[in-house]
Amino acid sequence: MVDAAQHYIEEQPGGISACPACSAAPAAEDMARRARELEGATLALSLPGIHCAACIDTVERALNAAPGVREARVNLTLKRAQVKADADVEAADLVQVVEGVGYEAHELDAGTIAATATDRRGRELLMRLAVAGFASMNVMLLSVSVWSGAADATRDLFHWISAAITLPAIAFCAQPFFISAGRALKARHLNMDVPISLAILLALATSLWETSLSGEHAYFDAALTLTFFLLAGRYLDHRTRAAARSAAEELAALEVPRAWVLRDGEEVQLPVAELSIGDLIQVRPGGRMPVDGEIVEGASELDRSLLTGETLPVPALAGQGVSAGEVNLTGPLTVRATAIGRDTSLARMADLVAIAESGRSRYTSLADRAAKLYAPGVHILSALSFLGWFLWSGDLRVALNIAAAVLIITCPCALGLAVPAVTTAASGRLFRRGMLVKHETALERLAEVDTVVFDKTGTLTAGTPEATNLDAFDDATLSLSLALAEGSSHPLSRSLVTALRARGIAPAPVAELREVPGYGTEGLLDGRRVRLGRAAWLGAEAGGETATWLEGPDGLVEFTFTDSLRDGAEAAVRDLLAAGKRVALISGDAEGAVADLAARLGIEDWTAGALPGDKATRIVDLQAQGARVLMVGDGLNDTAALSTAHVSISPASALDAARVASDIVLLGGDLSPIPEALGIASRATRRIRENFRIATFYNVIAVPLAVAGLCSPLIAALAMSASSITVSLNALRLR
Amino acid sequence: MDILVWLIPISLFLGGIGLVGFIWTVKTDQYDDPDGASQRILSDQWDDHPKP
Repeated sequence: MVDAAQHYIEEQPGGISACPACSAAPAAEDMARRARELEGATLALSLPGIHCAACIDTVERALNAAPGVREARVNLTLKRAQVKADADVEAADLVQVVEGVGYEAHELDAGTIAATATDRRGRELLMRLAVAGFASMNVMLLSVSVWSGAADATRDLFHWISAAITLPAIAFCAQPFFISAGRALKARHLNMDVPISLAILLALATSLWETSLSGEHAYFDAALTLTFFLLAGRYLDHRTRAAARSAAEELAALEVPRAWVLRDGEEVQLPVAELSIGDLIQVRPGGRMPVDGEIVEGASELDRSLLTGETLPVPALAGQGVSAGEVNLTGPLTVRATAIGRDTSLARMADLVAIAESGRSRYTSLADRAAKLYAPGVHILSALSFLGWFLWSGDLRVALNIAAAVLIITCPCALGLAVPAVTTAASGRLFRRGMLVKHETALERLAEVDTVVFDKTGTLTAGTPEATNLDAFDDATLSLSLALAEGSSHPLSRSLVTALRARGIAPAPVAELREVPGYGTEGLLDGRRVRLGRAAWLGAEAGGETATWLEGPDGLVEFTFTDSLRDGAEAAVRDLLAAGKRVALISGDAEGAVADLAARLGIEDWTAGALPGDKATRIVDLQAQGARVLMVGDGLNDTAALSTAHVSISPASALDAARVASDIVLLGGDLSPIPEALGIASRATRRIRENFRIATFYNVIAVPLAVAGLCSPLIAALAMSASSITVSLNALRLR
Repeated sequence: MDILVWLIPISLFLGGIGLVGFIWTVKTDQYDDPDGASQRILSDQWDDHPKP
């Protein structure tokens, strides 16, 4: 907003430059305000529930009718609404408007998604693709007339017209290949774009030469169709990755970073980016710590499971340090910020992950491996046929023509489509099953996996506790605990309330119910004090399990809890074991809880109490033994392991750092698509290999013809189109 | 064969119109929401008069 205002001022030099000293300040302020009013704000909402024309209509009508809204447009593909509104309109109000007409809506951080709003690279590729398509159709029309018998002056005329269309079209369309090839040559290595560029340029040069000598064969159409098919592959590839990137960014944008700060005795809401060290920040129950800091006021409990994997909440009292990413559970806390933004321990750990990630880029994709074999082979073959024909016939023109024909025939047109066509189909299928493939080689790596390592808290378990021993108590005890549990929003209390309500228990008449933040709730039952809370507070002996204690008329009673399983966890583990994969569980949690869960799921190989470093070391050990490890995890303590593993998956509920570190994000809460993803990945890899074989097969037939000098432009065009179409159809079988 | 003098420029011109049209659609964000576009034709909101 400030940027826009400044921009506005700079564009109005006449108004304020006359007397900068005296009039500029108020005028500028005034103008900045007016600019802000004129510009308004662009807000974005995520609408996961919309799916039809009626949804679009309802949401747009509701938003456009909201006060201050200038224009609202729903994008069904992205399931988002873009709203242009006056500067004072808050996204939270708009969310309420949309929820008022019955649709789920979430605020999106406009800064985070702005990057994907306009996809410039995709547009450029599409434009080049269109021009290449247009030009190749026209040139093909002229070429067909030549092949079907146009001769002499007519043929020359057609060739010249083709040249006039082809040269500017190639200069525009083939730029991406030329640029990439130039970069590769500068770095002194070969990539797929080097033979492509060489083939296109050589075809153009010999065709021009032939045309000027009234020759019979010109390859203008081949150069253009080649460019068209290759651009189609590039565009598919780009679109798949752009879709994944925009969905990943939407996940990040859903966490709008805001904090309540005490400024001059008043609470104001500020973006986390604008906090400074020493600020007093209010963190409400259920809120996540935005900064590292020290508790100044309040008592509560902290859930550190995303950072350490522990499920047991940690008590938090004044004077204690907290780190960003921890979740405040019971009472409001006031925190003095000691480290903000990139300096928080959370961000520093995330940065370490980014450095560790370089290991992954060492993986060479199938396409790169093919290019490494292919590019030098093609060049040598073409050079040899040139030399052979030159020595044998002594005619430079014939030799050059044949070298060009060899390069065109072998040009990796089908190879360029072989990988993107398959990954597009496979990623699309995985996306429909709720998985977002972020990394370009993730599918190939996923196909090689033979060992799957799970994190416990938040990955196999949903992170919500479930009471285990309710059957052991009579109704009086249960109804008393329900009454006390209703006085708190602590996860254990809430879980108790849900479970007991589901059993049809009514709360006991407890008077003077109050919550003691960080400890529990207490009240009076028939004049006697009753309490529900931490073991230490009630004077009980704390065990290893997650538990809450009740002090009632009959003395102390313990409720034990276990983490409820995430949907599909059992099915996922069972299917993975059935598919012959090795499954392991590594958790930072206490031994009892981990052993219990491993037994429930049938996992034999489990480790408890693992530090973040231990997880990564364990995975390195496994990989040193030759295992290809898939790591599934969600917390900050998993990020190192996620980035060391051969391939990694994290649920959408994971911490941003963990999602960034993983190759694939599970969008739904369900784990059951994981075994299926392994299946799809190995089928996709098989298709890619098949495609390589198909492309090679066409080359094996056509190359001898080209070397022998028998390949006419017609045969070249047929071979090229046929192989590209077969490869695309083969990829479509995956859908 | 004199007809070619007319036919070739005409065919190029017609194709060119298509190309320019396509480039215009790309530049005016018409491919940003393909799913939405296919659903919006079913809406009767602007049937009586065009969107102002």
